[in-house]
Amino acid sequence: MGLHIEDVSVVYPAADRRPPVEALSRINLTIEDEEFVVALGASGCGKSTLLNLIAGFLSPTSGRLVLDGRQVAGPGADRAVVFQKHALLPWLNVLDNVAFGLQIQGIGKVERDQIANKFLGMLGLDGFQQSPVYKLSGGMQQRVGIARALTCDPRVLLMDEPLGALDALTREKAQELILNIWNDTHKSVFFITHSVEEALFMGTKLVVMSPRPGRITHLFDLPFSRQFLGGTPARQVKASPEFIKLREDVLKIIFADEEAAA
Amino acid sequence: MTQPSPQKAEGLFARLARAKPTKPGEIYGVPGQGNTLWLSACSIALFFFVWWLVTFMGWVKPLFVPSPAAILAKFVTVWNDGFTGTPFLEHVWISTLRVFGAFILACVIGLPLGLAMGMSPVMRGLFDPPIEFYRPIPPLAYLPLMIIWFGIGETSKVLLIFLSVFAPVVLGARSGVKSAAIEQIHAAYSFGATRWQVMRHVIMPSAMPEILTAMRIGIGFGWTTLVAAEMVASTKGLGYMVLSASQFLQTPVVIMGIFVIAIIAFGFDLFMRFVERRLVPWKGRM
Ligand SMILES: Nc1ncnc2c1ncn2[C@@H]1O[C@H](COP(=O)(O)OP(=O)(O)OP(=O)(O)O)[C@@H](O)[C@H]1O
Ligand SMILES: [Mg+2]
Repeated sequence: MGLHIEDVSVVYPAADRRPPVEALSRINLTIEDEEFVVALGASGCGKSTLLNLIAGFLSPTSGRLVLDGRQVAGPGADRAVVFQKHALLPWLNVLDNVAFGLQIQGIGKVERDQIANKFLGMLGLDGFQQSPVYKLSGGMQQRVGIARALTCDPRVLLMDEPLGALDALTREKAQELILNIWNDTHKSVFFITHSVEEALFMGTKLVVMSPRPGRITHLFDLPFSRQFLGGTPARQVKASPEFIKLREDVLKIIFADEEAAA
Repeated sequence: MTQPSPQKAEGLFARLARAKPTKPGEIYGVPGQGNTLWLSACSIALFFFVWWLVTFMGWVKPLFVPSPAAILAKFVTVWNDGFTGTPFLEHVWISTLRVFGAFILACVIGLPLGLAMGMSPVMRGLFDPPIEFYRPIPPLAYLPLMIIWFGIGETSKVLLIFLSVFAPVVLGARSGVKSAAIEQIHAAYSFGATRWQVMRHVIMPSAMPEILTAMRIGIGFGWTTLVAAEMVASTKGLGYMVLSASQFLQTPVVIMGIFVIAIIAFGFDLFMRFVERRLVPWKGRM
């Protein structure tokens, strides 16, 4: 069980007189059931490429991905994706956007609205059912995207910098919200972020990646999200000496990568 | 010493080139923002005033430019007595039928074909050459062929208009397919959507703005081709009316016919703009 990424490489073919790009090189990673894996790394190190592989939007050049004993061969309803942007459908209102996955799966109007409403409430969007999505704030749009991904009860939740566009306060609230949902629904999560603090706070496992070629350089097991879910306030978790120490260590790794690239 | 005011120092051009401050609740910098109704009314009023002035002062002969009053008088006569034995409204009706018949036909065939060309390289490969080949040719150039092949009846007339509407509609639908963001398409696939469902629920709705624009452009081409289509062996229609009146130097009828065509076309365009606002209020918003 779980998701196994076995010796996966991705080479984007050459185009327009640019040489081929080795976006991922021999990646090995396991995402166990109910694990929250966070990927962190300098820009261009292949995080989105890895997420697209898991989602099935991209096939590996070599190696294979196995989910629950079956090889990943394309997108499927067992893996839901929260995109960074541009993924809501502006011709549908908030409710219909959230119910979109259920509609695709042929669930009747009454039932899918009921399910969608449940998740809208969970994400604090009650009362916005009929609003057009293009009139929502960035943070609300992002929550609509998360609600939509949750409605179909996927096994794995894939999130590509879902909170990147949010202000600090909304972002911290959204982090806690996602952790609570994860705790309630027992999904596996693969989560990309640029924020070291966010990565440490949310994950149970941290994957640090380096560019050229994209590869995994460090793996850390993280205790902090469990501390938060166990009742410790978020600010207190983030202020603990272990958290700060690890944050500095990871920052050092990433700065070294960025400098090597510059 | 007084400070020079920044307004003065900037100069006229700098002030014109800068975006205007917005009204409360409006977004800054949206291109072309602002109400044009008053300016349009002024421009129309000015047009009629100059026209009236030129004819009233006798600067040009009525044969070249009849006065607005003469046009109106002519309109009343034609409305009451018809033109060349056919009631006025029948001319209007026949032409409208030809243009809208061709337009509907072009949409029914062209929109699915354009979508298919956008979706499938096979369809694109097959249909791109013929459409791109005939598209830039003026309809007058292949009118003789239409007549040789399809006779002088209704078929060749409607077909000529159809062809002029068809190309822009196909191209609009085809490029509309590209409007959907890859994330929107991926989102649908990750819910287990089939290719057909992605088409139906993501690609077609997101292509709507471009399709509506293409339809507006298409019907414009249709009206442009009307006169050419009614050139040969017609006894009815607005294009026929304009053409035969011009042969007898009945300038008032020519100008009146032009106005009638313009008003019908503009009315339909207003309707399409209304449809656009209702159907795709999200256009350009996400
Ligand atoms: N479609 C593509 N074609 C060619 N090269 C690509 C393509 N997509 C990504 N790349 C290249 O692959 C590498 C990894 O890209 P990827 O988008 O996975 O990085 P990332 O870690 O998500 O970066 P960021 O943090 O900036 O989002 C980059 O060097 C990028 O230029
Ligand atoms: Mg990325």
